[in-house]
This record gives sequence, C-alpha cells and structure tokens, in this order.
Amino acid sequence: MATVEGKNTSLDRTWRYALLIIGAVIFIFPLLFMVMSSLKPDQQLLSDTGSLRAFLPVGDISFDNYFGAFRRAPVATFIFNSVLVTGVTVVLSLFVCSLAAFAFVFMNWRGRDFVLAVIIATLIVPFETIAIPMLIVVNNLPWLSGDGVTLGWLNTYRVQIVPFVADGLTIFLFVQFFKDLPRELIEACRVEGATWFQIYWRVVMPLSGPVLATGAILKFLAMYNQYLWPLMVTQDEGFRPVMVGLQYFFQLNPVWGELMAYLSVITVPVLAFYLFLQRAFIASIASTGVKG
Amino acid sequence: MTTLARISAGLLMTTCLAGAAAAQTELTFWQHGAGNAWEGKIFGQMVEEFNASQSDWKVTFQQFPQAAYNDSVTAAALSGELPDILDVDGPVMPNWAWAGYLAPLEITREELAGFLPGTIGVWKDQVYSVGLWDAAVAMITRKSILDKYGIRVPTLEQPWTGEEFNAALATIKESGDFAYPLDLGMWDKGEWYPYAYSPFLQSFGGDIVDRSTYQTAEGVLNGDAAVEFGEWWQGLFADGLAPGGSQPPADGPEALGFREGKYAITWVGNWNAAAVLKDFGDDALFLPAPDFGNGPKIGAGSWQLAVSAQSDNKEGANAFIRFALQDKYQAMFSDASGLAPATASAAAMTENYKEGAPMAVFYDLSAEQALVRPVTPGYVVEARVFRKALADIADGADVVTALDAAVDEINADIQNNQGYGH
Repeated sequence: MATVEGKNTSLDRTWRYALLIIGAVIFIFPLLFMVMSSLKPDQQLLSDTGSLRAFLPVGDISFDNYFGAFRRAPVATFIFNSVLVTGVTVVLSLFVCSLAAFAFVFMNWRGRDFVLAVIIATLIVPFETIAIPMLIVVNNLPWLSGDGVTLGWLNTYRVQIVPFVADGLTIFLFVQFFKDLPRELIEACRVEGATWFQIYWRVVMPLSGPVLATGAILKFLAMYNQYLWPLMVTQDEGFRPVMVGLQYFFQLNPVWGELMAYLSVITVPVLAFYLFLQRAFIASIASTGVKG
Repeated sequence: MTTLARISAGLLMTTCLAGAAAAQTELTFWQHGAGNAWEGKIFGQMVEEFNASQSDWKVTFQQFPQAAYNDSVTAAALSGELPDILDVDGPVMPNWAWAGYLAPLEITREELAGFLPGTIGVWKDQVYSVGLWDAAVAMITRKSILDKYGIRVPTLEQPWTGEEFNAALATIKESGDFAYPLDLGMWDKGEWYPYAYSPFLQSFGGDIVDRSTYQTAEGVLNGDAAVEFGEWWQGLFADGLAPGGSQPPADGPEALGFREGKYAITWVGNWNAAAVLKDFGDDALFLPAPDFGNGPKIGAGSWQLAVSAQSDNKEGANAFIRFALQDKYQAMFSDASGLAPATASAAAMTENYKEGAPMAVFYDLSAEQALVRPVTPGYVVEARVFRKALADIADGADVVTALDAAVDEINADIQNNQGYGH
C-alpha cells in the first residue's frame, strides 16, 4: 500500500511539475523571443519569426544591435530618467498613500467615508480624460528656483513625479490591508501615549511589508510604463523616459533588431525590481488576494 | 604691447564677443526625426551654419521621434509652448494652420518658383510650409522580368493603361514564378495607405473628398468611379495578384520581398529605391503609375518647414527657413535619404537625381504625375477613414457598403467641425 501511495505522490508531482514547466515556458517565450531577436540582424530576425528559430540563438549572432541602439538614441539618459522618476514617485507614493490610508482606517474624522469613496471613485476616471486639464495646470504652476519664482513645470522631473504621488489604487490597497490589522494594537499604543505618527511609523509600517511590496511593484510598473504624460510635458530630450525613447526605433522602416535590444535593456530594471520584491509580493497576494 | 595693454585688449574683445552673442535672439526648432541619424546630422549642421552666418538669431534644435511628434506638437500648442520653427507633414499642415498652430510664411510663391508643387504647403491661398524634398512612388520592377513575359516597358509619356497593367499582372501570375505578381506594401498600415493608394482611386476618377468644396465625400468616394476602383482593388487580393493586409512586415524594409524575388513588381517609395539599384543595377526599372482613365497619379507632399503662430520671432524663423532652402541642403538630404530634392538645380547637385542618374525618373514623376492629398484640415480624419475602407475592401467587404460607410463618416466629421473653415 505504501508503495502505491508513494507512486501516486510521485506521479502527482510529475504532472504538477509538467504543468508548471508548460506555464513557465509560455510566460518566458516572449522574453526569450525578445532577447534572441536582439542578437540577430533584421533580415534574419524577420525570417525567423515563422519558426522555432525565433527562440534560439542561431544564425548570425552578435551584439551589433545593442551598439546600434545606443548610437541611435541616448538610451542611458532615458533609463536614468525613468529610474529616477519611477524611484522617487514610488517612495513618495508609498509614504503619502499609506499616511492617507492610516487616517482613513484608524482616525475618526467627519466626512471620512465620503472622502474615501471619492478617492476610490477616481479609479474609474481614465487618465486620458484629465490629461489636457492637467497639462494646463502644470504649465501654470509656480516654482521657486535660483532665478526666483518661475511659472510652468514643463521639461522637469517634478512634472513627471508630483501628479502621480497620490493615487486611489495605492490608497485603497493600504486601506484594505490596514483594516485587517488588529485595532487592539493601535488602541493599546494610544493608551500608552504614543502619537499618531509614532503608531504609523513604529507599529503599522513594520507590519506592512507585503502591501508595501505590492504597492511598490504596481506603482513601479505604472510609472515605468508612462508614455502619454511624459510625451506631453517633456519636449527636452534630456528629460524623456524609456517609453518615449521606444519611438526612436520606429522609423519609416522600423529597426527591429535594435528595437529588441532596446527593449531587452529597459526590461532589466523592471525584472530586477520585481525579483527584489518577489517574496513580499507573493506573500501579499496570498494574504489579500490582490492581483497586479 | 605692455601686459596691461594686452589684458585691456583681451577684455575688450571678450566684451565685444559677449555682446555679439547676447544680441542673438534665441529661436527654437522642432523636428520629427529623432532616432534617424542622417536627419539629425544634416539639420544640426544647417543650424550651426545658420547661427554662424549672421548675428541676429540663434537657433536651438530639438528632435522628436516621428511616432510621437504630432501628439507632442498638439500638447505644446495647448500649453502655449510651441517652438518658433517646426516641421510638419504636408497633408497635416492644413489642420495645424486651421487650428491656429501655424503662421503663414513670409516667403512668397515667387521665391519658391521652381520648387516641386508637392513641396509647397498652401492653405487659404497662403504659403504655410515648404519642404526641402518630396517623396515619390513608382512601380519598380526589373527589365529582365518584363522582357521574359513580353510586357511593354511603360514610359512617362506612355504609361500602362489600366487594361495593360491588369494584363501584365495576369501574365506574371499565370507563370507561377512569383509568390505574387505585385507587392503594394500592404504590411504598412499607416499613412502609406492614403498616400500610396488614393492615387489609384484618383486615376479611376474618384477621390477621398470633393475638392471643389471640401464639404462632402458624396459622389467622389462612393460614385461610379470609386466603386469601379473598389472592385479592381478587391480583385487584386481575391485573384491572388497581391498579398493583402496579412503581408509580413519582413517584405517591407528596402523592398526586401521584391529583392528576394517574391514579387515581380513593387509599388514603393523612392526612399527604398537605392537598395533596389544596388542589387539590380541597370536591370532595375522605375516605372510611372498606370493610367486608369484619368491620368496616372502618384502622391506628393512630405515633411516641410513652418513657423509657429505662437512665435514672437517670426522674422527670424522665416530667415532660418529661407536659409534652409538652399540647394546644398536639399542635395545633402537627397543624397542621404534617396528622396527627391525640391528644385531642379538641387537635383543637379545630387548623386541619384542629376541628369541621367538612375533615380532622376522620380523627380520627373513628381513633376508630372504628383497630386497632393486633399488640402483640408479634415484630411487627418479622412485619411483614417479611407485607410479602414481600403483594408475592409481588401479583406472582402462589400465595396459599395464600405465606401458608403466611409462617406458617411467623413461627412459627419466635416459637419461636426463646421466645414473646417473652407
């Protein structure tokens, strides 16, 4: 009997691994295609697309497309801009949104539920509908610089960061997570004389690893993939992010190999960030059921 | 000279130079060719030489990727941040002029005498833009192919008639030597559709919109001539004479499909012609468009320079454009891109377009057969509608229904925009 059970368990495991491998292959194929294509000249790349050769490092393999991509566009500048804008926005967003969520969940104040409902309602407003009014607003905002007070935020990093620091989705994620924290803990801290900020910083935040990871990854992806807004507000090449840079490769005859090389390079920060937060992200999905 | 005198002289010179530099008023110039090395290089050189040529104006040059350019300009117009000088695609110019983005040029038509018609952007009888080059399309094939199947080589004076063209395609099809007789470039689903295919419609006697009023497409996009065109168009794909919308993009770059022998004839732009010449040399033929009854037609109008309506320095912006129009810059662009220079004198300075040069025929084609796309602010919508109608018909949609639907959509758009100021 024991032998039969052992066989069954082994068979189950085989099937499970087979399914997981198939799933992994399906998900990894686009990435594999991208990387392999980035190593091939255009003519070979296009002729390989109809066969399995597209996923294999065969034929005329070289790093020429990478050199070409860096010659065609200021790739390093684009990546630096995207990483800077995304990184700063993620950090500020986690701080501001978690503070807001803290106030919604643990503090009692008039109109709390109504304000939260309004914030959540902003989730249904597509960005495209507010892009033009936002453009007009940021173009008339003042800023204090070495030259005194200037008007207009176009062609800056702040115009790509500030409008996206607070957002309904991140606040909602924190609210949902905070609701599951034991209120007794907060009340005990209050009884002990802790200030609200001390409770937020020393008690709530250390318990919020999973939701911080989820919020960070979702915000990272949203910011790293920004296209329309930076297109509208960065006329200066020195401030353009990676997604606007992608368009440099769509000429009258698109340069597919260089495009794939560029995509491979700009995917690295995303993968690195995800791998860094992967464990906490999975824990968050397991505990809250939130999916990206 | 004493040390004190040397220092004094040095300080005086520095002050004078700084004064001269400070006297130059800054102009901004936006262009759509980011990522395209030769455009950046030539425009960069032009800007440098203009700045050095005079002391009143200093141009700073900013490039944008083409696919994002029009949106960037629209956003800048909304925020009042348009540059002084910008380039604009020929058929889009009327829309930007109508929307108030552009100012008429101070350059007169007399100054532009000798420029190819397609390089001059006119709206409301005023010149708003001018180009250093024009794009032309031709039937490219090989003499050896036409000789093998006993097909007459058409000339500018005696192009193929529609019947001759159809017969040539049928003959080549029957041979079975090619995957398809004709490559229309259907893989490129952008502006290529109205640019490259509306001339066929116009040769049949139809058009995208009624150019006498620009208030309706009724009768021109769904009249008898247009329906005849639609049926011919559909037949190309139904009869296996040309690949349809599923044509692989791999065929496109530098007419690769044709050069590899998949197609006998390719309908392609002059920017792809150099590769054909390189492969086939004297055997390459650049042929005029066929005449379907109303004369052979090809598209015209490429990127052109214009002055922003928001510019405070229109005089300087016009001065820069005048400077840019010199033959030597036209020739440099032509040599780098394969596009036809705007003037015959510039063409004479180029490798490909000088008299007797292999691509000179494109210059003649532009001069003889070119018809600009409808000069109306509504073109940007009409082009999209036309593109969809052609794709639907190629996919087997009922010709009359598809063209009627296109007419309804175009007319509704014209009405919604109060006639676009015509």
